Amino acid sequence: MKIIVAIKQVPDRDAPVRIAPSANWIDERDLQWAMNEPDAYALEEALLLKEKAGGEVIVLSAGPERAGSTIREALAKGADRAIHIICDDLAARDALGVARLLAAAIKPENPDLVLTGLQSEDVGSGQTGVIVAELLGLPHATMILQVEAIDSGLKVKRELEEGWFQSIELPTPAVLTMQSGGNKLRYATLMGIKRAKTKELRTVNEAELGVDSGPVVTLEQISAPTKQKSTQILPGSAKVAAAALVEKLKTEARVL
Amino acid sequence: MSVLLVLEDSNGKIKRASWEALAAALRLGPAESITAVVIGAQTEELAAEAATKPVGKVVRVEHPLLARYTADGFCVALHQLIQNESPTQVVVFSHTYQVRDYVPALACRMGQMLIGDVVGIEDGPVFTRQLMQGRLNGSYRHNGNGPCFVSVQAGAFRADGTDARPNTASAPITTFTPTIDAAQIRTRPGEPFRGSAQTVDLGSAQRIVSVGRGIKDAANLPMVQELATALGAELAASRPICDNGWLPMERQVGSSGQTVAPKLYLAVGISGAIQHLVGMKGSQCIVAINKDPDAPIFEVADYGIVGDLFEVVPALTEALKAAKE
Repeated sequence: MKIIVAIKQVPDRDAPVRIAPSANWIDERDLQWAMNEPDAYALEEALLLKEKAGGEVIVLSAGPERAGSTIREALAKGADRAIHIICDDLAARDALGVARLLAAAIKPENPDLVLTGLQSEDVGSGQTGVIVAELLGLPHATMILQVEAIDSGLKVKRELEEGWFQSIELPTPAVLTMQSGGNKLRYATLMGIKRAKTKELRTVNEAELGVDSGPVVTLEQISAPTKQKSTQILPGSAKVAAAALVEKLKTEARVL
Repeated sequence: MSVLLVLEDSNGKIKRASWEALAAALRLGPAESITAVVIGAQTEELAAEAATKPVGKVVRVEHPLLARYTADGFCVALHQLIQNESPTQVVVFSHTYQVRDYVPALACRMGQMLIGDVVGIEDGPVFTRQLMQGRLNGSYRHNGNGPCFVSVQAGAFRADGTDARPNTASAPITTFTPTIDAAQIRTRPGEPFRGSAQTVDLGSAQRIVSVGRGIKDAANLPMVQELATALGAELAASRPICDNGWLPMERQVGSSGQTVAPKLYLAVGISGAIQHLVGMKGSQCIVAINKDPDAPIFEVADYGIVGDLFEVVPALTEALKAAKE
């Protein structure tokens, strides 16, 4: 099976996020970056499918030059080659615009399967995979935990709300958005990291893809959320704060 | 402004989240401007339920091929309906798993993009949604022509005001029959099923200690278990802990796990992504222990300790034991 995995580089979860002076995105200076976690699960599923039945795993990512490090990480984990869509203004594009770039890069590859995470940890629109499917005219399924190749195509386990699941069968080629937790994520081995340096990493730009993607939805401003409750922060050392909390829970909240 | 409100049902009833979406729709226009839409193979009762609400009219989108939800079937049907009902300015949904599965494709088919998981609507309209796992808010505006697609987050709008119609007569109901060919439906969905048998009922627990990524390693869990024991609480977790297999899935709180509302919910090392908050924000008293003072969990917490959980948790366990003596 020829599988394309679309991944995104996002700010590391523990990185402090600050609002940029322009107030329409975060300040990207001095941030640590990481592979979007649901995309890491998509990559893991692709690698497992390849190990089971052979084929090729191609990593695809749109982003500025720094995204190259996350792409290399995917290659180190076992992807065969990569396509990097150089895009310096990802945050100014809506999911439709990004999906148009991805779909244009996917189309000439004619993959059997396109996998991506169900949403990004930064913007979190949770739409890119579904829009890519629509743009390519392919069937899709979302929030998938397991993928199995069957004679008629694929059988997938889809997560529903509140602990329910569902099996879905769909023909290939198809697009799936992966939920986290279906598999255990692998680490890149030293050998893998070494090999990644020799693997093909092709860069393309918007003009080469022939995509014109003016946004239909604009992010005008970002801001700190307003608090829903007034939280009493208990100060002091761990011991002092803990004692104060027990007291509050007993006498004020009356939940002990 | 003319608004289409697409309702979602479960076991023959309209979901509560859909009435929250109605509350959002009422921010965009008066009841008369709202067309409520029910979809399925048999929608008579759903339509009758919708017609008792403050909406201008109800449309039944009915076809045998819509008996079971598929993204393909719903996209084809609603695309035709929206074209038929044009000019529609806004199409409103509740942000459910089902909506996340098909509305991005439907919007794309019309050259549009869904503004999803909206938590606020201001004049303009400007839509607020969360970014960075709830640490920031973003204000979004729809540009240009064509309908604007919006889905609203569960719990963000109160459904309380959506019970009464301005006049007592039911809203008029019409039926729309889309043209769907069986070949257009490419996926074959199976019946929903439950995960493994549930042995813990977090829903009835009076106190819950819930642990998140901050715990760093499964080897550190006993420390939190000790705190739970000292409190007489059940141990629960946010999704990543269960994804890693450190605790069973049945102990997961959040949109994909259980929804809980105990007397006391103590969140240890949980940042508070919205997927977690929706599962616990109804708790009577919420306590958060986190090293990041800007973590969104503090937005819903009654009490907070900003600090290293590896120091705070043992100290709290000791303080609880001391208080008992």
